[in-house]
Amino acid sequence: MYVAVKGGERAIDAADQWVRTRRRGDRALAELTVAQIQAQLHRSVARVMAEGALFDPQLAALAIKQAAGDLVEAAFLLRAYRTTLPRLADSLPVDTAQMRIERRISATFKEVPGGQILGPTIDYGQRLLDFSLLEDETSSDALAPVAKSIPTRSIPGDGLATAPPRVTELMSRDGLLEAEQPAEGDPEPADLTREPLRFPAARPLRLQALARGDEGYLLGLGYSTQRGYAHTHPFVGELRVGRVEVSVVAPELGFAVVLGEVELTECQMINQFAGSDEAPPMFTRGYGLVFGQGERKSIAMALVDRALRATELGEPETAPAQDQEFVLSHCDNLEASGFVQHLKLPHHVDFQSELELLRRLRADHGARES
Amino acid sequence: MSDLDPPLLRATGLTVRYGDRYGCQDVSLTLWPGEVLAVVGESGSGKTTLLRVLAGRITPQAGTLHYRDAANHEYDVFALPDAARRRLERTEWAFVHQNPRDGLRMAVSAGANTGERLMANGVRHWGSIRASTRQWMERVELETARIDESPATFSGGMQQRLQIARNLISGPRLALLDEPTSALDVSVQARLLDLLRGLTRSLGLATVIVTHDLAVARLLAQRMMVMKDGKVVETGLTDQVLDDPHHPYTQLLVASVPQG
Amino acid sequence: MSDPTIHDPAFNFAYLDEQTKRMIRRSILKAVAIPGYQVPFASREMPLPYGWGTGGLQLTCALIGLDDVLKVIDQGADDTTNAVNIRRFIARTTGVQTTTQTTEATLIQTRHRIPETPLKAGQILVFQVPQPEPMFRLEPRETERRRMHAMADYGLMQVRLYEDIARHGRVATTYDYPVMVEDRYLMSPSPIPKFDVPKLDQSPALMLFGAGREKRIHALPPFTRVEPLDFDDYPFERQRWDSACALCGSRESFLDEMIMDDAGARQFICSDTDWCGAQ
Repeated sequence: MYVAVKGGERAIDAADQWVRTRRRGDRALAELTVAQIQAQLHRSVARVMAEGALFDPQLAALAIKQAAGDLVEAAFLLRAYRTTLPRLADSLPVDTAQMRIERRISATFKEVPGGQILGPTIDYGQRLLDFSLLEDETSSDALAPVAKSIPTRSIPGDGLATAPPRVTELMSRDGLLEAEQPAEGDPEPADLTREPLRFPAARPLRLQALARGDEGYLLGLGYSTQRGYAHTHPFVGELRVGRVEVSVVAPELGFAVVLGEVELTECQMINQFAGSDEAPPMFTRGYGLVFGQGERKSIAMALVDRALRATELGEPETAPAQDQEFVLSHCDNLEASGFVQHLKLPHHVDFQSELELLRRLRADHGARES
Repeated sequence: MSDLDPPLLRATGLTVRYGDRYGCQDVSLTLWPGEVLAVVGESGSGKTTLLRVLAGRITPQAGTLHYRDAANHEYDVFALPDAARRRLERTEWAFVHQNPRDGLRMAVSAGANTGERLMANGVRHWGSIRASTRQWMERVELETARIDESPATFSGGMQQRLQIARNLISGPRLALLDEPTSALDVSVQARLLDLLRGLTRSLGLATVIVTHDLAVARLLAQRMMVMKDGKVVETGLTDQVLDDPHHPYTQLLVASVPQG
Repeated sequence: MSDPTIHDPAFNFAYLDEQTKRMIRRSILKAVAIPGYQVPFASREMPLPYGWGTGGLQLTCALIGLDDVLKVIDQGADDTTNAVNIRRFIARTTGVQTTTQTTEATLIQTRHRIPETPLKAGQILVFQVPQPEPMFRLEPRETERRRMHAMADYGLMQVRLYEDIARHGRVATTYDYPVMVEDRYLMSPSPIPKFDVPKLDQSPALMLFGAGREKRIHALPPFTRVEPLDFDDYPFERQRWDSACALCGSRESFLDEMIMDDAGARQFICSDTDWCGAQ
C-alpha cells in the first residue's frame, strides 16, 4: 500500500546541516576566514565580483566561503543579495584614463609613452607547481623580482605609476583608429539591471551583458573568433589593471564627492580595419572591462564585443560569436546554471503526460502492425 | 482580360539607390489582371531589385506603387501597415524565389509547406487542409505519396514545384517570379516552364517574371521590359521586341542568343 | 494553517525592495490589461536560482500582504522539496500565514499544476513559468517572434500541430499546450498538463504567470476566454486514466504513477495532495 511520504521539511534541514558540516571540513584544521580568502584568493574574489556584478571584495570573499569555493554559486549569492539592497545613486562614469596603474602593457608597440609596466603577472614565468607552497610560509618572503630585459620595467610593491596616455588615444588622434563615438544624440545608455535585455541590443547594453557574463563562455566564444569563426585580426592595443575613483554628485552639495576606488581591468583591442565610401580605412575597436584583475575575461570580452559589431561595421554575420541573440541570451551564468540545474527538480507530472502519450502511440503502432 | 479592367499593379518612377549606385532608376509599369510581363536583363541590370520593390520588400527612395485587391480597392503599397501587407502576402500575392530553399520551410513536411497559407488564413479542418494540399501537389506534378516527407529529400525541380504550390494554394491574383528556373538543370527547366505557362493561363494570374533568358520571356510573357544598369531601355509586346528590337542593347541581347 | 510570525528583519518585507515591488506591480497591471501578452520586466536575482521559480516568486513577493494566506505547490503537492523551500522563504521574509488547503488560500503559487479544487473569485494563482514563449522551439529569434505576436501571425504553430497529426495521428504536445486568449494572443499556460487547460477558461480567479529567467509576465484576468489550439476534426482532448486514485478513489483528478517495487508494480495516486486528502 502506498503511503505518502511526509517529512520533506526535515529532509531539507538535514541536507542543509550536512552542507555546513562538509563546508567546515576537518575540525582539526583551522577554519578558513573571510579575510584570508579576500587577501589570498584575490583572483577568485575578482571573478565573483565581475560575475556577481557587485564590487565588494569582502562580500565576495564571504560568498566564496559560503559556497565552499564554487565561484558560480558565489556570484549568485552576490547578485541575490543586491536585490534586497536599496539603490542609492548612479555614479559619474569612471575615467580609466586616470587609473592608478598597477600593470599596463601594449602588444602593438614595443615602446609606448609611460612604458610597458609589467606589474604583478605570471605571464613571463613558467607554470611549474611550486611545492614550497605545501609548507606554510617562512618569514623571508621575497618581493616579486624586477624584470631584467630593457626597456620594459616592473615597479614592485605599491609604486603605482601616474596615468600614462592611452595608446588608443594616440592612434585615434592620427586617424588610424576609429574614434569611440556615442550614438547619435548621445542618449542615456539603458540599464541592464533595470530593464530586461531585448533585441536588437545597442552596444552599451551588450557591453553590460558581457561584463557580467560567464568567463568560460566568453573565453570559448572569443577563442572561436581567433580560430576563424569570424576572425577580427585582433591586437591588444592596451591592457590596464589598477584603481579608479568612483564619484557621486550629492544633490544637496551640487558637486562630486569621491566615494572610494575600485580595481578594474581594461582591455582596448585594435582590430581589422574597415572603410566605407565616405571614410578612409582605419582600425576598429573591441572593448573589455571587468572588476578586479581579470585579464583573460577582459580580453575575451573585447574579442566578443568586436565580433558583435559585425552588423554595424557592415560585415557578414557568419559565426556564432557574431549572433547577438545567441551570445547574449546565454552569457549570464546565473540564468544558465539555474536553468540547466533545474532539470533536477521534480518533473514527474510533465513526464507522466509524456508517458501516457507514448503508451498510446505504441498501442496505435501495435494495432497497425497486427 | 479586357481593356475595361482596371490595372492590378501600377508603378511610377520607382528608384532604389545603394550609396552611389542605382538598384533601379525611375521605373514605371502597369500590369493588368491575367497578363504576364517579363523583365529581362543581365545580372546587375536591376531586375531583381525591381521585383523586390514590386513585392513590397524593398522601400524605394522615390516613386509609388499601387495594388488593386480582390475587393477592387486600390492601395499605396508602401503606405500599408505591416499587418495588411503580410495579409496580402499570404493571400493575394505569390513570390517565387530563384532558390526554392529561400521560399520553403525545410524543417517541415511538403504537406505542411503547401498547406501553411490555408492554416495562416484560418482554415481549421485538418482533413480539408490535407485534401487541398494533395490537390495542389498533383497540380504541380508532385507525387502525393511524398506529402509527409521533408523538402530536403526533394530534387531542385521538385522543390521549385513545391514552392509554387505553397504560393498558389491561397488563390493569389499576382505572382512575382524571380528567375524560377535558373537554379535548375536545363533538362528540368523546360517542364517547369510548361507548368508555369499552364498555371498562369488557367488561373488568370497577373505575373511578373524576371529572367535573363529570352526564350523564357518568349514562352511565357505577352509583354516584356528590357533593363540595363537599373533603367528600362525598351518595352513592348514580347514578339515585337524580340523580332524587331529597337534599342542597341536589346539588339545585342537578341543577337547573342544562339538561334535554332 | 500555520500561525503568522514576524518576518526576518535582515531583509525587507517579502525580500524585494519597494521600488522593485512597484515595478513588478506595474508590469502585472499591464499584463492584466492585455490578456495573454508577454510583458517584459526587469526580473531580479532572487535567493533561488533562475529556472527554479524566481518569476513566480517575484510576483508573489510583489503582491503579498500581511492578511494573505499563502499556499505553495509543486507538481500538485505541498510537500515536494521545491514547494517547501519556497514556502519557507516567503514565510521567513513576510511572516504571513501559510496553508495546504486550497479553499483557505488567498494566494497560491504553483509549479506545473492547477489545483483540482475549483478556484473562487478573489483568489490569485501565480504560475512558475520556465519558458513563456509558446513558439520558442519553432522560431529561435526573439525579434521574429515579437513580430508574429504583433501581427497575430500564428500559422507556424498551427503548422506544428498539423505535422503532429500527420506523423502521429494526434497532437503530440502533452503539457505546456498552446492556447489562444480572447482570440488574440497565443499564450503558453506554463508546463501544466493538458488535463488542466480547461480550468483556465472563464476562471473566477486571477491567473498570473511569471518567468524570471526569461523576464516576462503574462496574465489571465478573471473570466477570460482561453481556448486550446486544435483542428475542428481533431479537437483538444484531456488525458484519461484507466484506474482511479489508490488512496481516495477519485476518477476525476490527475494521477501520478508510483513504481512500488523492483518488479515494477504500479499504483496511481492523486497529484493534488490537498484534494486527495479531502475526498
